[in-house]
Amino acid sequence: MTIDAEKAAPTAPETRTEKTHRRTQLSEGARAERRLGWMLIAPAVIVMIAVTAYPIGYAIYLSLQRYDLRFPKQAKFVGLDNYTAVLSSPYWWHALWITLIITLISVAIELVLGMLLALLMHRTLFGRGTVRTAILVPYGIVTVVAAFSWQYAWTPSTGYLTALLGNGTSAPLTHTVQAIAIIILAEVWKTTPFMALLLMAGLALVPEDLQKAAKVDGATAWQRFVRITLPLMKPAILVALLFRTLDAFRIFDNIFVLTAGTNNTGSVSILGYDNLFTALNLGIGSAISILIFICVAIIAFFFIKGFGAAAPGSSGK
Amino acid sequence: MTTTAKQKVGWGTANTVAVVLAIVPVLWIVSLSFKDPATITDASFWPKKWTLENYRGIFKTSEFTHALINSIGIALIATFIAVVLASMAAYAVARLSFPGKGLLIGMSLLIAMFPAISLVTPLFNIERSLHLFDTWPALIIPYIAFGLPLGIYTLSAFFREIPWELEKAAKMDGATPYQAFTKVIAPLAAPGMFTTAILIFIFCWNDFLFAISLTSTTNARTVPAAIGFFTGSSQFTAPTGSISAAAVIITIPIIIFVLFFQRRIVAGLTSGAVKG
Amino acid sequence: MADIVLDQVTKRFPDGALAVDHIDLDVADGEFVILVGPSGCGKSTTLNMIAGLEDISDGELRIGGQVVNNKAPKDRDIAMVFQSYALYPHMTVRENMAFALKLAKTPQETIDKKVNDAARVLDLTQHLDRKPANLSGGQRQRVAMGRAIVRDPAAFLMDEPLSNLDAKLRVQMRTEVSRLQKRLGTTTVYVTHDQTEAMTLGDRVAVMRNGKIQQVGAPQELYGHPENLFVAGFIGSPAMNFMPGRLEDGKLRTRLGDVPLDDEIRRMLEGRDTGRDVILGIRPESFEDASLVPADARGRGITFRAMIDVVESMGSDVFVYFTFEGDNESVSSAELEELARDSGRADTGGTGDQVVARLDAATRVREGSEAELWADVRSIHVFDPASGENLTKTKATATADG
Repeated sequence: MTIDAEKAAPTAPETRTEKTHRRTQLSEGARAERRLGWMLIAPAVIVMIAVTAYPIGYAIYLSLQRYDLRFPKQAKFVGLDNYTAVLSSPYWWHALWITLIITLISVAIELVLGMLLALLMHRTLFGRGTVRTAILVPYGIVTVVAAFSWQYAWTPSTGYLTALLGNGTSAPLTHTVQAIAIIILAEVWKTTPFMALLLMAGLALVPEDLQKAAKVDGATAWQRFVRITLPLMKPAILVALLFRTLDAFRIFDNIFVLTAGTNNTGSVSILGYDNLFTALNLGIGSAISILIFICVAIIAFFFIKGFGAAAPGSSGK
Repeated sequence: MTTTAKQKVGWGTANTVAVVLAIVPVLWIVSLSFKDPATITDASFWPKKWTLENYRGIFKTSEFTHALINSIGIALIATFIAVVLASMAAYAVARLSFPGKGLLIGMSLLIAMFPAISLVTPLFNIERSLHLFDTWPALIIPYIAFGLPLGIYTLSAFFREIPWELEKAAKMDGATPYQAFTKVIAPLAAPGMFTTAILIFIFCWNDFLFAISLTSTTNARTVPAAIGFFTGSSQFTAPTGSISAAAVIITIPIIIFVLFFQRRIVAGLTSGAVKG
Repeated sequence: MADIVLDQVTKRFPDGALAVDHIDLDVADGEFVILVGPSGCGKSTTLNMIAGLEDISDGELRIGGQVVNNKAPKDRDIAMVFQSYALYPHMTVRENMAFALKLAKTPQETIDKKVNDAARVLDLTQHLDRKPANLSGGQRQRVAMGRAIVRDPAAFLMDEPLSNLDAKLRVQMRTEVSRLQKRLGTTTVYVTHDQTEAMTLGDRVAVMRNGKIQQVGAPQELYGHPENLFVAGFIGSPAMNFMPGRLEDGKLRTRLGDVPLDDEIRRMLEGRDTGRDVILGIRPESFEDASLVPADARGRGITFRAMIDVVESMGSDVFVYFTFEGDNESVSSAELEELARDSGRADTGGTGDQVVARLDAATRVREGSEAELWADVRSIHVFDPASGENLTKTKATATADG
């Protein structure tokens, strides 16, 4: 069929539409490439859809049910009642508030520390490898392990930090504000390296010649950083902020180990978990799940709007 | 030149501060794991008396060994499958032109940002009805799904680095697309695949939320989840020593990765995320 | 061995852009044909279509008499040398060269023999077990050539194979490539953007622009009888000078003075309406220092005075640059503008009116002084400004003396 089309094509009148023309020209090679492409991505797509899209759909369904695992027989469709219940509950708003505070403060601190660390790794005269190796430890370590380390460090009579900073008997993890500060500390320690590495990659994209040119033009180190480095790093900074903000919003492990959400320190993830496994309420739990999903989608939407053309993936192809 | 000496001291101090801050919490948990129960509450940073008691303790019961086997098995299987699937998809993304590519990239990005807690509730219920709850696949499947975006991103960045003309050359040399992949691309992609495997392994190894939600017994409970539920040797002693010892053991593979593959991990983490 | 025939071959990209526009080209068995043109002219796309690395949108491609439009590259029996060499970095030189034969399931002894033979020819024997990363640029280039020749294919395709080498090595390898091709007698299609390479290497040269072949012919023919402004300006270095002229009363009025049209040119312009604007093309070597032209030869050209801006001595010749003062009228045509863009002249801010002349080394012309120059009128070309067509292309004595 292709051969015929090829032969007919040169004599074909110009009136033939561009689209059908091209389709007949798609050779065996191009079609095979297309098929191969689809075959290669299919397994990944199927797994990803099976584990995310389907459960989210199912969660939406569950969130419209009254479904308590202790009384599975009484499951019934209740419309938006679960959402009304969650949104009118002070627990949800408090957890959201705590989550936002932790997210904002920890990401802000991480950005500053990460930038310093990135500059340090980028510019240091020696020991670059050592620093990079050392900062990968917090990145790689199991969050739960790190959280236990911080917990014990702040436990009265056991911890070196309480001994060092407190009177040895105070229990900072039982005070809301202090506990949140410690949660932020644990989060910052664990994730600043990731931020720093992303920013370092951004730094590496700033041409050295521009720095030299700015130096010749008489810019001070600070001016070079603010006027040259930062603007050119903007895409890298936005990507790092996006990843870290969404990640921080999902905070669970650190809080679970450090306070388990007691003393008003629970995040929305902790709230969702508690509703499922402590209260065994699938309906309410699912409603919370969906609300968290919506929050994340809103945050991502604003970031990606801010990206414009610099969105990750758009560079991909 | 004095400035050089000054600069050296400055950078040296900064480097030292960064390194110390990065490893002190790890040293602290190591120290705790070597303290004996009598001195564990002495609040001293270093043990006054070193002991292996805590390590012996956690290996005495099967709870920890089971968890360790689960952790290793689940992480390895999930990593392997995720790397294979991600390699296939990343090759397609980097090399082939086909409709739907943008969709795949968008979907991966979406999943990378997905709040895991939103999936825990439905997955819990789905897995119970499929009798997958508290089995290895209960964790392996979500780990693959969440490892895939990471894998596709990193690998397609690595694959793009491989010169496009090599594949053309292979075609001209008479290779089929399959041969071009196995004989030319795969050997060149192996370092990237290895790096990706480390990153995905670290992710699986690290997970806590899925592990405590989708398992309930030693059948499939991984170490992070097990530590969260440790009870100590007797009901009245805090399990500080046992938890520390277990924590140190699961930190060992991470330290090995970091020490031996620092360059690769840095390259892997930065290649996918920041491009132009 | 085989011939390659492109019959109305066309490449249309998905966005509708025509990269290659119905080109016809016959490459005879054993012939060395060069595709040359500025970047984006479609030459590499054409080569990729011959290789089978890109689909042919329209037309027919025959290799050895067989239509191969829909054949995979591996079934076309052709070898290709890439600009980046595309050596497999994880294989040794030997493995790189043997790869295609291995894929074709050639017996091991045959592979060894062919690889060793090729290595000897290319002086690579002592490097056979090294990896490409440990080779110099020239060695890598030779490995790329070796990988092509071990296959003993029906045709070689070369995509700017020398452009990653430094200038000196490039000249050396140019000779090498030419020698090798003659020795093997394999049909070769060679793509380059460098007109010098095209002129020195090919049996025939095809000049491309905007996806169309402008002219195909032996290097000397393109040089002496360019069919249009583009070919005239592209071939030759330094490039041909262009200036406005006007056909009037059987004379060609130019800045150099009135050029009397000899019988042959007049015949060629006959039937075309006179009294119109044209573009005059004259190669640098058609000029000479008037004082060095023997008196009996002077009559074949015109003598004029010019203010010399720059003098560049090349040893064997002297290049002088001059402009005509008080004359701000300059030639313009789409083709000339493209040539200027391609050569970077458009970016250097120099005026397009500058004329370059190649004079004998014995000249006494000085920078900043006026000199009397002579131009050989037999070798001028007259172009139609609208179509770019060379109105004097069939002229017999177009080449310059000297």
